[in-house]
Amino acid sequence: MSARTSTHSVREVLDRVTDPEIPVLTIADLGILRDVIEHPDGEVEVVITPTYSGCPAMREIEDDVRSELQAAGYEQVTVTTVLYPAWTTDWMSEDGRRKLLEYGIAPPTGSAPSGPVPVTIGMRAPAPEVHCPRCGGLARETSRFGSTACKSMYVCSDCLEPFDYFKAI
Amino acid sequence: MSASTATEVSRKDRFEYTIRLADDALILSHRLAEWASWAPQLEEDMALVNIGLDLLGQARLLLTYAGEIEGEGNTEDDLAFLREEHEFRSVLLVEQPSRHEFDTLIAQVFYFSAYYVPLLERLTKSTDVRLAEIAVKSLKEARYHLEHASGWVIRLGDGTEVSHDRIQKALNELWPLAGDVFEVDEVTERLAAHGVVPHPGTVKPSWDATVNRVLEEATLTKPDRPHRQGTGRQGVHSEHLGYLLAEMQYIHRLHPGAEW
Repeated sequence: MSARTSTHSVREVLDRVTDPEIPVLTIADLGILRDVIEHPDGEVEVVITPTYSGCPAMREIEDDVRSELQAAGYEQVTVTTVLYPAWTTDWMSEDGRRKLLEYGIAPPTGSAPSGPVPVTIGMRAPAPEVHCPRCGGLARETSRFGSTACKSMYVCSDCLEPFDYFKAI
Repeated sequence: MSASTATEVSRKDRFEYTIRLADDALILSHRLAEWASWAPQLEEDMALVNIGLDLLGQARLLLTYAGEIEGEGNTEDDLAFLREEHEFRSVLLVEQPSRHEFDTLIAQVFYFSAYYVPLLERLTKSTDVRLAEIAVKSLKEARYHLEHASGWVIRLGDGTEVSHDRIQKALNELWPLAGDVFEVDEVTERLAAHGVVPHPGTVKPSWDATVNRVLEEATLTKPDRPHRQGTGRQGVHSEHLGYLLAEMQYIHRLHPGAEW
């Protein structure tokens, strides 16, 4: 017996679930969708991981996953949150990076640091080289913290447009 | 954590340690949240609230885990909002009022983060897998916090005569409370023996190195006095925690059982 009455696969349905704070990114684009397990009894288990510990969007994402799947005919849905391995911006898809740029947010550049990182106190590690999503000009950091935990604030040195940069962690 | 270690290490010790970590993060997150819309510039406002939000998120993970270890059905909300003042195990450093003095807040976050980063680095190797996972996650965030606070200590210390004197005063005032986090008791001894937590003494050299280096670059003087014996881990707090809890717990207690 299967509880499944949908013609769409679970992953297709989950492509409708976006980050409430960056609505152009699906949870798969963002790399926070870790696994989809379809149990023999028809139960669907969706495994997600938070970007930052305090990410206030997690609860909403959980609810969205459940309601989208139920609307698509999957009756029994469990959402599991895992912490490990800890999310890194390296998990963001190429497609996700392109969508971010088109949306006006500079995508993370380079690779997230792995292993032990020396904390650069005072003489901070230089801010990464970030280009303006509007004109491509070189930008400078105005604040390491931005409108959400995952972003910092930059301003373009050419067109002077302020914008968000999705920081690499 | 393997089954054999789990039985050797008492549930009570693991609960006690996890709730200490959770309470430090929770109470400091509240002090940071008090700065929403108070900071001297918008960027700083967002930075402080972001740091507070990270710590709140970490506190939630830790409180949830503490509730599971305790095994009495307490949720993160029950532990955060329904415990009394004497049941909180946070150090006195994080409960000190800093709402009206930016220097005090920076000194508070600086002293705490200089301990928290090396502690988390060691906790990532804990034999308690769940604690290790939470530490890996939190460490990425705590490094930003330490950099931010250090940057301000240097900017203020190496700034004008007025800013130099004010941050020096704040650092001096909080100094007696800065050593509580390194205190050793039976709980840390037993847990360290099983590799669940690092011995608090092994974290102190990193803290000293950070404090020496930042204060030197900031042209500030390291206070030449001993730290005071801490009482927060025993649930004995300054008069400030009660007011903080009254504000934090008020809504939850007014609407028992209410959920988001």
